[in-house]
Amino acid sequence: MSNGTTDSPVLERPAPTQGQKAAAGGIRWLDERLGIAKGGGRAMLDKIFPDHWSFLLGEIALYSFVVLLATGVFLSLYFNPSAADVVYPKNGPYVPLRGVHMSAAYLSSLDISFGVRSGLVIRQMHHWAADVFIGAIAVHMVRIFFTGAFRKPRELNWLVGVTLLILAIVNGFLGYSLPDDLISGTGLRIAYSIILSIPLVGTYLANFVFGGQFPGDGSIIPRFFILHVLIIPALLAVLIGAHLGLLVRQKHTQFPGKGRTEHNVVGSPMYPTFIAKTTGFLFMVTGALWAMGGLAQINPIWQFGPYEPTKISYAVQPDWYMGWTDGALRIMPSWEFSGFGHTIPFEIFLPGVLFPGLAFGLFWAWPFLEAKLTGDRAEHNLLDRPRDKPRRTAVGAAFLAFFFVLLCASSTDVLATFFDVSLGLVLWTFRFAVIIVPIVVGVVTHRICLDMSGVRDVGKRKRHVVITRSVAGEYQTHPTEERPGDTHHELDPAPVPAYIDMGGDGDGDGDGEPGVRRVSR
Amino acid sequence: MTDVKEGASGPGPEARHQTVPDDEMFPVASFDDPHLQPAAKHVRRAEGVAGLFLVIGFLGFAAYGASYWQNWSNVLQGAFLGVGLFAFGFGMSAWGKYLLPQGPFVEERHPNASTEAEVDAMAAAVVGRGAMMFRRRGFLGGILGAGAGVMGVVMAFPLLRSLGPVPKQSFDHTHWKKGSRVVDFNGKLVRADDILTGGSLTVFPEGYVGNAMDQTIIVRPTTSNVVTKAGRETWAPRGNLAFSKVCTHAGCPVGLYQEQTQQLLCPCHQSLFDVGQGRPAVPVFGPAPRPLPQLPLYIDAGGYLRAQGDYHEPVGPGFWERS
Repeated sequence: MSNGTTDSPVLERPAPTQGQKAAAGGIRWLDERLGIAKGGGRAMLDKIFPDHWSFLLGEIALYSFVVLLATGVFLSLYFNPSAADVVYPKNGPYVPLRGVHMSAAYLSSLDISFGVRSGLVIRQMHHWAADVFIGAIAVHMVRIFFTGAFRKPRELNWLVGVTLLILAIVNGFLGYSLPDDLISGTGLRIAYSIILSIPLVGTYLANFVFGGQFPGDGSIIPRFFILHVLIIPALLAVLIGAHLGLLVRQKHTQFPGKGRTEHNVVGSPMYPTFIAKTTGFLFMVTGALWAMGGLAQINPIWQFGPYEPTKISYAVQPDWYMGWTDGALRIMPSWEFSGFGHTIPFEIFLPGVLFPGLAFGLFWAWPFLEAKLTGDRAEHNLLDRPRDKPRRTAVGAAFLAFFFVLLCASSTDVLATFFDVSLGLVLWTFRFAVIIVPIVVGVVTHRICLDMSGVRDVGKRKRHVVITRSVAGEYQTHPTEERPGDTHHELDPAPVPAYIDMGGDGDGDGDGEPGVRRVSR
Repeated sequence: MTDVKEGASGPGPEARHQTVPDDEMFPVASFDDPHLQPAAKHVRRAEGVAGLFLVIGFLGFAAYGASYWQNWSNVLQGAFLGVGLFAFGFGMSAWGKYLLPQGPFVEERHPNASTEAEVDAMAAAVVGRGAMMFRRRGFLGGILGAGAGVMGVVMAFPLLRSLGPVPKQSFDHTHWKKGSRVVDFNGKLVRADDILTGGSLTVFPEGYVGNAMDQTIIVRPTTSNVVTKAGRETWAPRGNLAFSKVCTHAGCPVGLYQEQTQQLLCPCHQSLFDVGQGRPAVPVFGPAPRPLPQLPLYIDAGGYLRAQGDYHEPVGPGFWERS
């Protein structure tokens, strides 16, 4: 034992139990073929996962993806990806649409909602899971950014992660378009115009994607369907595999703490502790999403009606992850370049193509950019506290503020109605806010970081005090009596034991009863 | 875990069945080891909590089964299985977090970087063996590169060109022609006085009802001829002003006519266009860069509205070829 704090005697390996003998048979069979007992399999059992609540964010994303795959398979059994013109039956369950012309895709989406048992729950769960998936990726990415987990040697995994975010957003938009309701069709119309705005190749690309001039020849739904259910999920699955593979290969980062260095990982082992916790978490995420699918209405397509290129609804916002591009489209001034026989519609090309391209390009480049700016090319396995890196934290906070302002700007019409002010005032407020707010947030964040690093013992656990008043009227403070848990006793980390002594009663109190000894930690 | 991988190079095949591995490599611990103690301060209570949640999960699953069988509402189905799954998972996580050993255990990292010599040897192998392939076989190399290049180009044909027609001039024209009769959403011909003063109507050229690019909105602020611009004196007979309904910003239908202010509003991104005397749908607010093109109308002998011709410019959002 390399553990200095315990006085356990060196123990003999006990004789194998019945259970061990039985398990050894199966393990030997695999080992003779794959060498698991000494190689990767054994290492996986003992793999150490450091513990921190923020490490759960990526797990939420992973488990939302699992839910998306499962619910998506269910939906694909009933969804009909066809633009064929059909009529809602005269005896259909949703009365207002009886006799209305619609696409087969929209009809089958209605059938999933009203005709298939648990179909509405699972359709809404799928939609919620997509929103949570992308949200969890974004928050996970924010955590990685602010703690510097993207630094060497993890730049590759950062690149994979940013790519996953992009693919997730794209697949979210594709899926949102499939039911072919009025709102999703309007989204497609805008997407068509965004593709159209690309200089030189825009008209060609837009025609190729949609199979002709908008709305195309009806092939957009089957095309988006195969992208949504096969191609992009396959890419996501492969990249998630690579993401986790790199995590296993490079091992998890950890916050600084007792016994933790750049050269080790301290935490609890994969088997059984982490497995139990994370499997439970899979169930919790699934449960939360299922409950949302049943209890919280999302995208009630039957209220919107089928898509007609000449119809439009009011006060419509996209899913949250598209909101920032919609906000950018709304507050962009109408700067169209026209000349030399050509037009560059900057009012849509800039917010719709250039800006997202630059934003994701910057995300991809950030680890290399930061290494260049700071000159820090060392390997880092210990995480930063955000306040210790004021400049990075300020840049990140400013970026978040920028995206948040754009997201809010996608509801200019709703805000104008809600506050009963003119649209013009709201629009101009956002045009200024999108520049001013990030600068203010960045400067203030920088200042707060600097101030926090100047204060000692921030975040330390405080002992309670009792304030007494003397007869003379003087107040005095006395620290309370120390109670268990007031002070933090930490063990020195020890290697995971391979054999656990099952002899004795286990709790060391000699009463012959198996039990557990309490340890002050 | 101490370095398990080192064990891989250690014992030979005959050592594989050795029953007692090296204690240093596989440390032995007893349950007295404080690292193996559960994290909970009150173990019994933690067991109770984990058990309670697992029971709630069990009941939730059963209740969902009943709700599915009876086809109860989605609200009940969501509540039962949602709570059941969450509680079941919570119980399992609580078990892992409070009742299983938390350590702290330690695992050493292994440096990624190889030695300088190993890197150089790898680079030499990559370059050297590659050179071996092409040495004195420049012709093969050339044809390999040329073939791959041609393949890349021709494979783009089915992958891209098959997907849709090339645009040609299709963005410059709509189906409106000289003499096209104006019909409404039901295909019914529109007469000059069908639209009430202050009203609006979405119309199409006859035969193209519902067409995305041809859609046109007629607004009628007054019953006398409206001149939006010099040269358009005859375009709005008896107040029937026709504009392309495709927004010049992102192509949404400009669906809201505000009669009081005589403005058209696009609900997607709030572009606002002035219509009426002297105002040929000029954008006054929002991101739309250009006025909505105006369709010249006339009234035929039967009193029906017809188009004098196509729009004088491409309708809808901007694109590269637009002059």
